[in-house]
Amino acid sequence: MALDERDVRQAPEVEPKSTGLGLLKGLSVTLKHALRPSITQQYPQEKPDLPPRTRGVIALKEANCTVCYKCSRECPDWCIYIDAHKETHEPASGGKGRSMKVLDRFAIDYALCMYCGICVEVCPFDALFWSPEYEYAETQMGEMLHDMDRLQDWLETVPPDPELEK
Amino acid sequence: MIAQSGVSFVNQWFDQYWLVLITKAAIVLIFFLVAPLGVGYAEHKVLAHMQARLGPMYAGRFHGWAQLLADGVKFVQKEDVIPAAADRWVFSLAPAVWLVPYIALFVVIPFSDEIFILNLDVGIFFVMAITSVTVIGVLMAGWASANKFSLIGALRAAAQLIAYELPLVLGAAAIVMQAGTLSMIGIVEAQQQYWFAISQPIGLGIFLVASLAELSRPPFDMPVADSEIVFGAFTEYTGLKFAFYLLAEYGGIVALAAVASVLFLGGYLPLPAMEFIPEPLWMFAKIGALSFLIIWLRATFPRLREDQLQRVSWLVLIPLALLQIMVVGVLKVAI
Repeated sequence: MALDERDVRQAPEVEPKSTGLGLLKGLSVTLKHALRPSITQQYPQEKPDLPPRTRGVIALKEANCTVCYKCSRECPDWCIYIDAHKETHEPASGGKGRSMKVLDRFAIDYALCMYCGICVEVCPFDALFWSPEYEYAETQMGEMLHDMDRLQDWLETVPPDPELEK
Repeated sequence: MIAQSGVSFVNQWFDQYWLVLITKAAIVLIFFLVAPLGVGYAEHKVLAHMQARLGPMYAGRFHGWAQLLADGVKFVQKEDVIPAAADRWVFSLAPAVWLVPYIALFVVIPFSDEIFILNLDVGIFFVMAITSVTVIGVLMAGWASANKFSLIGALRAAAQLIAYELPLVLGAAAIVMQAGTLSMIGIVEAQQQYWFAISQPIGLGIFLVASLAELSRPPFDMPVADSEIVFGAFTEYTGLKFAFYLLAEYGGIVALAAVASVLFLGGYLPLPAMEFIPEPLWMFAKIGALSFLIIWLRATFPRLREDQLQRVSWLVLIPLALLQIMVVGVLKVAI
């Protein structure tokens, strides 16, 4: 048969034979869902149950911080601000003084933070932790900048480490 | 006053012509404004639960029962925008043309052998005639909007209603042949022995599918397919006029569910051994059950393609409906 004799408008019959059973199956699925309790959580009245590793807010344990700046360097958004100064402690036994960095300012701007968690991952001395708290919206952009004290306060909400798998 | 069956309850209350007329009009209007709210609320809730959601929960405090009232108030507050290029008069008249037929349809729906407005001798004929008027309203809306989405939607609606009017009428015709009357009450009374759903189950299926298409309800919602043509013929409508579209949609569900229950489910007739439940409640229960089915189908099936839609009607429903009429005719003559 020549090409131009073929009726190109005729769509090939590829539709599978329908028995109508699929339609009933679909109806049973929706009915089953209607009879099950819905999964909606009525948020302001009802707190959502969040998994323990939820990335809500980052807490700072100041005592563990050595001011290595790793977190602020790795932060993709540059939202961690760290100021520190050096102090020299004279050992009681005499000899050369040991210099240490002391944290003056540690702040995270949650208006910039994208909750990637790289700072928590990269911290070599376990000074940063994820907390599942999330209710810290503000009406002013500037108030999203959490200073050291506020970041310390979040520490109370950090859940204990999950059990290791055996 | 002694209740007389076969006489409308309004005629039993009053004697003056105008009083009767005004009361009847008021009853129809109030029913038309209230019943769609019930179905609309049911759609919110049923659809939500079928999708594992809760649906409206705040309006009116208890499970969002006042959601549709709140929606109504919102629609009234909206600005009534008429596009600059639109044909103002046709654009503004269209909502009335697609709304009024559904109001008029309730005139012939019986809720018992004395709770009805009019017992027209040509009841079902009137229903079929008046439902086809809505498409003119949709065409007017689509044409007058000066918007290509509206026009495509209106033409789709017209093609769809022409295709599905036929199985709807043929399905009803088979019932009329079996009942031997066009009157809605007559058809109900003819089902004293058994519901016509038992003798004509295929007819019931045809009628329900055709009603869905007639109402442009999913899975036959191509005229308003929001993922393709915004909102079809109603794209340019805002505020109260848009609310009229929604009212007509839900009013249409109630209307066609009521017609289907009269034709196939014995209307206000109770099930055997359950006569203690009053007749109007049976009618409401049947309308409710069919409305639930319509919502259920919406939650389950995706939209058909335009050509599939036409194929279903012309190649499946209409031949089946013609076959049904033939069988009923043969049996009617033979028995």
